[in-house]
Amino acid sequence: MNIPAELKYSKSHEWVKMDGDVAVIGISDFAQDALGDVVFINLPAEGDSVTAGESFGDVESVKAVSDVICPVSGTICEVNEALADAPETLNSDPYGAWIIKVSPVTDTEALLDAAAYEAHCAQEG
Amino acid sequence: MGSYVPTTAAEREEMLAAIGVDSLEGLYKAVPQEMLLRSGGLNIPEGLSELEVREAVTAMAEKNKVFKTVLRGAGAYRHFIPSVVKSVTSREELVTCYTPYQAEISQGVLQGTFEFQTMICELTGMDVSNASHYDGATAAAETIPMCKDRKRTKAYVSACAHPQVIEVMKTYCFASNTELFVVPAKDGKTDLDVLKETLGDDAACFYLQQPNYFGQIEDAKAAGEIVHAAGAKFVMGVNPIACAILPTPRAMGADVAVGDGQPLGLDTAFGGPFLGFMATTSAMTRKLPGRIVGQTKDVDGEVGYVLTLSAREQHIRREKASSNICSNQALCAFAAGVYMAAMGEKGMKQCARLCTSKAHYFASELEKIGCTLKYKGEFFHEFATEVECPNCRKKILDALEAEGILGGAEVEGGILWCVTELVSKAQLDRAVAIVKEVL
Amino acid sequence: MKLIFELGVEGRGMTLMPECDVPEYQLPEERSEALHLPHVSENELTRHYTALCKRIHGVNDGFYPLGSCTMKYNPKIDEDMAALPGFTQLHPLQPIETAQGALEALHTLGAELGEVFGMDAVTFQPAAGAHGEFTGVLLIKAYHTDRGDTARTKIIVPDSAHGTNPATAAMCGFQVINIPSGVDGCVDLDALRAAVGPDTAGLMLTNPNTVGIFDKNILEITKIIHDAGGLCYYDGANLNAVMGVVRPGDMGFDCIHSNLHKTFATPHGGGGPGAGAVGCKEFLKKYMPGPLVVKKDGKYGFAYPEKSIGRVKMFYGNFDVVVRALTYVLTLGKSGIREAAMNAVLNANYMRVRLKDTFTMAYDEICMHEFVMSLVDLHKETGVSALDLAKGMLDFGLHPPTMYFPLIVHEALMIEPCETESKETMDEVCGIYCKLFELAHSDPETLHTAPHSTPVRRLDEVGAARNMVLRYQFA
Repeated sequence: MNIPAELKYSKSHEWVKMDGDVAVIGISDFAQDALGDVVFINLPAEGDSVTAGESFGDVESVKAVSDVICPVSGTICEVNEALADAPETLNSDPYGAWIIKVSPVTDTEALLDAAAYEAHCAQEG
Repeated sequence: MGSYVPTTAAEREEMLAAIGVDSLEGLYKAVPQEMLLRSGGLNIPEGLSELEVREAVTAMAEKNKVFKTVLRGAGAYRHFIPSVVKSVTSREELVTCYTPYQAEISQGVLQGTFEFQTMICELTGMDVSNASHYDGATAAAETIPMCKDRKRTKAYVSACAHPQVIEVMKTYCFASNTELFVVPAKDGKTDLDVLKETLGDDAACFYLQQPNYFGQIEDAKAAGEIVHAAGAKFVMGVNPIACAILPTPRAMGADVAVGDGQPLGLDTAFGGPFLGFMATTSAMTRKLPGRIVGQTKDVDGEVGYVLTLSAREQHIRREKASSNICSNQALCAFAAGVYMAAMGEKGMKQCARLCTSKAHYFASELEKIGCTLKYKGEFFHEFATEVECPNCRKKILDALEAEGILGGAEVEGGILWCVTELVSKAQLDRAVAIVKEVL
Repeated sequence: MKLIFELGVEGRGMTLMPECDVPEYQLPEERSEALHLPHVSENELTRHYTALCKRIHGVNDGFYPLGSCTMKYNPKIDEDMAALPGFTQLHPLQPIETAQGALEALHTLGAELGEVFGMDAVTFQPAAGAHGEFTGVLLIKAYHTDRGDTARTKIIVPDSAHGTNPATAAMCGFQVINIPSGVDGCVDLDALRAAVGPDTAGLMLTNPNTVGIFDKNILEITKIIHDAGGLCYYDGANLNAVMGVVRPGDMGFDCIHSNLHKTFATPHGGGGPGAGAVGCKEFLKKYMPGPLVVKKDGKYGFAYPEKSIGRVKMFYGNFDVVVRALTYVLTLGKSGIREAAMNAVLNANYMRVRLKDTFTMAYDEICMHEFVMSLVDLHKETGVSALDLAKGMLDFGLHPPTMYFPLIVHEALMIEPCETESKETMDEVCGIYCKLFELAHSDPETLHTAPHSTPVRRLDEVGAARNMVLRYQFA
């Protein structure tokens, strides 16, 4: 399983990349693997405010739907609309397929580093 | 008394022994004993033999009057049904099978539904159709959540829609805490000026029935333009037979087209089962409630069909699903598919033209004997005549009933007539003669 | 197999209607788009649909143990009665004096089912189970609204519930409170006590529940809800286990729906039409959808409840489905109804004990009309999943049980044999299930790639969802 060292993670399996004061957010390799083939993503709108621990969208596989939980709080400044037409990139390139960008960012305290996240994944099996 | 249980007393004992209980009652140990009914505790009659049941139910059926001639529509239309429709839809596999979740052994239902979806798209001009809804009214009501979003929360409906469709929409809006505004009528059609004035920033959708409850053909294109100018969605409720010759909902700008498919080969059957159909644009595909069949391939590359986009539905999305629909009207949809296949384009158009020609003939004959049409607009196969006093309406309808003719439906200040291809010129002439005598 | 659009040729068709015998009338504006519909002969048409029907597995084709779906035998007399012209040819708006037999049918079945439910009023307007849930939960909403008790915004639903329950509650504007089930699959009373309060509008519950267990604490459960000021809704999906044995009304429920297409033997038709009978206690009757059928001085008529939630459907529901259920109930009567329920439970328990030495039971105790097996161990040992095993059954001509439900049991197969199956059939099926269990160990690959003998094999569902083809495109 791929857990890039330079990223931060949430226990609900989202990744965060801090880019200045912008947080880039997606779902982890663990998450996409557990979901199976993603066939659809419900995206939020630019300008929506998001709260750490709350859902901002969901992803569908054929037999399941799963909330995507925001790992930080802030305002959505950009949405990766390309995912709407190609949700399968969440499977093929989870760390390239970012979902939203948030800025300014607060509530980052609970984020895990790669080592801690790896331990968390091992625990969930 | 029969219960369709094949188990003999000896087998029952053997099975109970295998389970390790000594009686059938012993299987209900978890039930609080004070609430258990004793044997024969239900206060209903004992069962009957098949012969007796047949007599009892047939006796009920015979208490009903079957009218030879029906000049009443108002939401339920008696049309000609080709013999192949019932021949196909009474096949036991089709009648008794479950929802096609096990696709490998359900290709017949799935393909038939895919064909139905295609035909509904053709009739309405829309891109996608679902596999069916309960009826035209519930289909209409379920378009509201398709169109609502955080900013657009208010629904609008024309007062010229079927009164029961409006009632059902009101019930669904009571459920979802949605405000529903009824746009008033003017001369038997929707008052488009009021529509234009009342649609605000919070308007989610407007529902227009075509032809409307009074049979009138609405200026759907103008309504659609008004609705879209306000940024809302345009929903049309259409008669599927009329669709064969009227401009399609899509051409009128509809975002969603729904209706009742009963005229497509289903009996009026005292109001059900009927068939709700729902079709929309590609852009709104995922907003459609209910089952949808899609085409795909199997592991060997054979073309096959599956229920698809299921993650929209209640069994997966649970409280986040936009609708709770599970069972639909699958067999009715299948019947409608067979009907449209039998009719073909030519038959559908012929049927629609017979309806409209006969309705216009009947209207003009009624005018000749002194009746006045309540509304002056263009109509399809229903029209209202003015009969102000309720007693006069009753006299007319009673006189027709005495000769086996079900006259039009009573509406405020008039009678709403419907003529389909089933009614011959001779029957229409006879009805006119009866009305003339009463007048 | 070809689609019907790919058969026939332009110009072919059937002669169905006569020439127009009145002056032809042309509407001023007609559709300009083409209308592509099939152009086939009657022979081609019937062969096409016969071929489709051969690719369907119905109850008459064999064992159909779909848990939670009650796929019992559909008696043929029910179809005959529903086809009587005295029912099929009725217009829903014809004068009620000319439809007394139809009203009698509705009234008779309403009274009999009211007795089976332990409820005081019954409507047949809902078209299906979920539609019945919608109606029932709206009765609860209307009750609180009418009393001005607007703080009751939450409906409690166990996590083992059918998806329709939470979806219904949400559709009725309620917030859904999911409560976890206990280890025995029943309602966790402590979790329930913790969840109720002045914001509780009601509870939606299936009993026996979705794992096939009768919740022995049912009286305590409904009391907790009532004490908190809420009402109790009975999802009658599993009524087949208890009809004539115990009544939902006596369990403390205030309203109920029952699926006529499950418990009362009307056919499923590939997914519908069903019918949802909704019953309620006297104090909720005034909120029922109208019209209700009433009998006065030997005549039947319609009455509109004074504070009705309004119509949920046009006319009187799926009337002709109600005729089938009426025929069934008249046939069974009070003893037959009880006998059917008890034999459904007998059959389920018989299969459970026949299978429990081979398969792992999710709850190893006396079950009601259905039971759940968990294939987690088999999956770990052999890699064969519940899906694989189910697909393997197709090669034996069997319809598989319900898969992956309830959600609280992993690798679940849920088996509901119904009372209309014989011991020989169940013996044979148990033998096949055990054979498949062995095959999972000896030749898992055959099961991974099953089915092998069906008209099509496993279908690409991911492809279907990603590249949507939802209609035929004409050239």
